[in-house]
Amino acid sequence: MFAFLANPDRFMAFSRRAAPAFGALAVLLIAAGLWYSFIAPEDYQQGDTVRIMFIHVPAAYLAMFSYICLGVASFLSLVYRHALADAAARACAPLGAVFTALALITGALWGKPMWGTWWVWDARLTSVLVLFLFWLGYMALRAAIDDETKAGRAAAILALVGLVNLPVIHFSVEWWNSLHQGATVFAAKAENRLPPSYLIPMALMALGYTSAFGSLWLVRIRAEVWRRRAAVLALQAAEG
Amino acid sequence: MFDFDAGKYAAYVWPSFAITALAFGWMIADSLARARRWKREVEARTKAKT
Repeated sequence: MFAFLANPDRFMAFSRRAAPAFGALAVLLIAAGLWYSFIAPEDYQQGDTVRIMFIHVPAAYLAMFSYICLGVASFLSLVYRHALADAAARACAPLGAVFTALALITGALWGKPMWGTWWVWDARLTSVLVLFLFWLGYMALRAAIDDETKAGRAAAILALVGLVNLPVIHFSVEWWNSLHQGATVFAAKAENRLPPSYLIPMALMALGYTSAFGSLWLVRIRAEVWRRRAAVLALQAAEG
Repeated sequence: MFDFDAGKYAAYVWPSFAITALAFGWMIADSLARARRWKREVEARTKAKT
């Protein structure tokens, strides 16, 4: 699959059809997810704030998933020096930063009524904030170096270093005492797992967010490919 | 059927959905605008070259 899509012309032909297909799938999944979100019963402890879960958890999952995508693209860019992998890494960063910001903001809006505070320097919250800073650092580093090749390599190394933070985020609620709740989707004990009335909307929203990310990522990679082609054409025109 | 009454938690639930909708709106608009801009740039430069 990677070898097939590594060819920019094949990638452009594939993404031209795949981006709207993923986009349409995202609309359907998110619409169904919202439908189930608002017919789900209130939680006996958390009341209506439980509905924040249907947008907070998918955002948090996408924050990490998009960073894995950044890591894979950065690795391929560093090892194989492939321009399309570098374009994919660059295109991924703003989307990942937005999903991470959404996880932090919706988490704060859920935390205030449930915990009595918008923020605590808790292991889970702090490690997600560190993830957000990695996204910002990645984009800032790329913007700070004029030579795009050097900028791409430096940013790719930073992205790979940031991968260390992902297991910290995931296991933070097990490794340290935390205000944040533990795993409920894949909880070992059946009594800790989400009931279907909450699991269905959350799963639909998570799949919808993933499809939306896939669609937008492809659109942004296409934009990046065109930007680089425009730069080459401008250079050729300048050389006469 | 639908429960849109968030009661005393409305001040937390609705801003969460509103901010999420705004973020999605920005991601969609910005991604499409970038793609459109650079595609036009390539087309214009290719046309000028030939």
